Amino acid sequence: MATPILKVENLQHVYPGGVVALRDVNLEIKPAEIVGIIGQNGSGKTTLVKHFNNLLKPTSGKIYFNGDDTAPLTVQQMSKNVGYVYQNPNQQLFARTVQAELEFGPRNLGVSEEEIKERCENAVEFFGLQELREKHPYRIGFPLRKLVGMASIYTMKPAVFILDEPTTGQDNVTTQTVYRLIRRLREEGATVICVAHDMILLAEVVDRLIVMRDSLVIADGLPRDIFSDHKLLSSTHLIPPQITELSQRMRKNEADSSQIYLSVDEYLSAVKKSRAK
Amino acid sequence: MDRKPIIEIKDLTFSYTTKTASEPAIRDINLTIYEGEYVALVGLNGSGKTTLQLCLNGVIPNMTGGDYIGTVMVEGKDTYDTPVREMAKTVGMVFDNPAFQMSQMFVAEEVALGMESLGVSHDEMHERVPKALQLVGLEGLEDRSPFELSGGQQQRLAIASALAMEPKILVMDEPTSNVDPIGKEEIFSVAEKLNRERNMTVVMAEHEVEVIAAYANRVVVMDKGRIVFNGTPQEVFSHVEDFHRMKLRLPQVTEFAYQLEKEGVANFHGVYPITLGEAETAFKDLLG
Repeated sequence: MATPILKVENLQHVYPGGVVALRDVNLEIKPAEIVGIIGQNGSGKTTLVKHFNNLLKPTSGKIYFNGDDTAPLTVQQMSKNVGYVYQNPNQQLFARTVQAELEFGPRNLGVSEEEIKERCENAVEFFGLQELREKHPYRIGFPLRKLVGMASIYTMKPAVFILDEPTTGQDNVTTQTVYRLIRRLREEGATVICVAHDMILLAEVVDRLIVMRDSLVIADGLPRDIFSDHKLLSSTHLIPPQITELSQRMRKNEADSSQIYLSVDEYLSAVKKSRAK
Repeated sequence: MDRKPIIEIKDLTFSYTTKTASEPAIRDINLTIYEGEYVALVGLNGSGKTTLQLCLNGVIPNMTGGDYIGTVMVEGKDTYDTPVREMAKTVGMVFDNPAFQMSQMFVAEEVALGMESLGVSHDEMHERVPKALQLVGLEGLEDRSPFELSGGQQQRLAIASALAMEPKILVMDEPTSNVDPIGKEEIFSVAEKLNRERNMTVVMAEHEVEVIAAYANRVVVMDKGRIVFNGTPQEVFSHVEDFHRMKLRLPQVTEFAYQLEKEGVANFHGVYPITLGEAETAFKDLLG
């Protein structure tokens, strides 16, 4: 079995003042997995992922990257391994232009100028930032600023991408850009960890779902299995996508989770298939 | 029953002067909203929803300048020459990021802040604060810090602050974008309760079309600064192909029904289910 790219062992985090944000979390994430983390506000999701690039240090427990203990490493050293895209781009962006923002990360990692240029061109094209290159990041609207935050991590090409609520405040067009980004990262072999409330993202884009509640991981599995588990979802006030709920109400066999559909397209092809018979 | 117009917008076009040579943010807006309606504004970012909302309490043009043509009448007052502080008594505003609106040490103070600027007496404040908190289900949290609250609670606190000024109209700009699913439900149902029980007029910009279909009684769709559709959720969400062209999402069950019809599996005669309950009934014979 391949070495997990990230391994979390007995992780506990207590904030100054005594608030316990994580209690005994254990996880393994394999290379190239696309993982979603869900849970209510305050369940510990962001605290957990901030340990993956050393933005937070464990109160107790260990984090391993490719088998190595990350405790001795600085945020700087971890940044080429794990890129963290903030929920709020204002906490992340600081350069005077979008272009400078995109160049900063890879240059800091010692990437050649030629390679930097290529990565920036790629990112500008993918995120549709052509018109914004010379703009100050704070002079552009929040949704696009958020894409700039993603693009500036994308040019660093970290092995692990962490996206914290990437579709919050986005409309359908920029949301689709985020979904395309995750699918492209999958093709490029990156590992993606997505903290999100966006149920469509979690149902249609990720391969594995981790559910958190009260500072603990309470479930970890395939999106289809998690979204079929009514009891689990309602225990933490999560609502499946509307189409999933419809398929759940329509299915003939209550116990058959293969009759649960995660997207409109999936449901549609199932109906077509059963009609063709 | 006679319906009483509470907002009347006539031939409104507005451009921000800071964006020189750019297109107007909203143009040729004609819209009448009646007292007690729950109106959802739908559109991509940049389609003009926020600009239109800022015209409802006179922030545009009184605090944010620009080229302003047309009239906005709210409760018989022309927002063009009514002070914003006066409008605040009629129109309560709630924005997308509640933490951004919080400034006080205690929840009760947060609720009282707006009233202070309106010159409400102390005795009156003592009556209104618990009432407003109770309306949004935050009673008992008076002495907490706003920053200790969850995202959904913070947003409900922002609503309570607006309610304490006893507005007739509640305007909300993507109020659920920063909260978890349960928080979203809380906010939508508080707005629905205020609308139903107190006949409050609600104007809410939102991307969550499934929830809009369940709660709103009118949907206004904006595209590139113009109003392109205005009707009941049923009427508006039946324009499936226009939604596709504008790159807007439809409720999943509506999209599903449309696709089934396109495949020749069903015929809805242009009237698609828009809520889970409707879909369940519509699909019972077909898929059950």
